Amino acid sequence: MTPPQRRRRYPKEEFTEPPRERPPQEGEEDGEEEDPKNPGRLYLLTGGGEAGERADLDLVTLIVARADAPTPTTQPEQSALLRLCQAPLSVAELSAYLNLPFSVVTVLLTELLAAELVQARAPIVRSALPDRSLLEAVMHGLQKL
Amino acid sequence: MDFKSSETITGPRAEDHLPHTAQAAVKIVIVGGFGVGKTTMVGAVSEIKPLTTEETMTQAGIGIDDNYGSETKTATTVAMDFGRISITERLVLYLFGTPGQERFWFLWNGLFEGALGAVVLIDTRRLEVSFDVIGRLEERGVPFVVAMNTFPDAPSYPIEDLRAALDLSEDIPIVQCDARRRASSRDVLMTLMHFLYSLTMSQAHT
Ligand SMILES: Nc1nc2c(ncn2[C@@H]2O[C@H](COP(=O)(O)OP(=O)(O)O)[C@@H](O)[C@H]2O)c(=O)[nH]1
Ligand SMILES: [Mg+2]
Repeated sequence: MTPPQRRRRYPKEEFTEPPRERPPQEGEEDGEEEDPKNPGRLYLLTGGGEAGERADLDLVTLIVARADAPTPTTQPEQSALLRLCQAPLSVAELSAYLNLPFSVVTVLLTELLAAELVQARAPIVRSALPDRSLLEAVMHGLQKL
Repeated sequence: MDFKSSETITGPRAEDHLPHTAQAAVKIVIVGGFGVGKTTMVGAVSEIKPLTTEETMTQAGIGIDDNYGSETKTATTVAMDFGRISITERLVLYLFGTPGQERFWFLWNGLFEGALGAVVLIDTRRLEVSFDVIGRLEERGVPFVVAMNTFPDAPSYPIEDLRAALDLSEDIPIVQCDARRRASSRDVLMTLMHFLYSLTMSQAHT
């Protein structure tokens, strides 16, 4: 029995190409991808594409409430957030516990960061040449599992 | 996904709190088709019960500029399960189980690129569902290993036949696993880490 064969994609498909959600409609040019007016870009729901308005947060950025933070916020979501991150918690965990999409949580956190009510601890992301001691630390940690 | 009012929010259990010394996190992505065992693998190694995060993405339709009112938007909600492993007092590892057929994930900047690497989980009964994701990881230069989950009624191919079928070069590890077992899932992650380590070493010498 032979397994099905993967075929490499040549030429390289443009990876920013948007998913095609529906078949072309009547009167629509077939070459729509080339039309700069119709970028068909994907947006995060609350993002609207205005980058810069939101803090640069990763799923695994750790958020922790500042010890001296008062609790003045009016929004119930934000007080809930502040309560949750008394100890460090990733943005992904905050999203899960609050039952809110990731992008909504980042909007709430942007305000809390601006008000200096929480602190963000940036993740270590993969670089061209990952740090050997980092990899060793992870291996050592996994070994203990 | 509705916000739960404060009273109904259950935060982490006391034993699930990270220490205040936790300074930074890293992530590994586990990709694969529906039912291939992603959540099982996350749960097998995670120190917390797997949680779910969601994102809603909209695709801007055609004719937004010149055709008010008839603009079409399609919203897609994508969900992924994740778990956590504390590596040291300062470092935390997160594992995300990400549906492989979702091209949307690759438009989420940073989800894959920021990850240390990826595990492509495959089910030999439905090998083709992982073809697309392998191509995308290659295009984006995300290092990955392949783990074959062992289902009782799944055909068993020799590793080298799988390598040929998936068109993977010699250096990419392909391992067999049982995602339900912690030790087996841990070994898959370890294989990925050793692979990343060897990549780093070989790059350091060039
Ligand atoms: N026999 C066997 N069953 C598995 C294994 N891993 C997962 N399963 C089962 O396969 C089903 C789907 O697994 P799940 O983790 O939910 O898949 P996901 O959709 O990729 O997250 C569940 O019923 C699991 O118990 C495995 O290694 N061996
Ligand atoms: Mg799942």
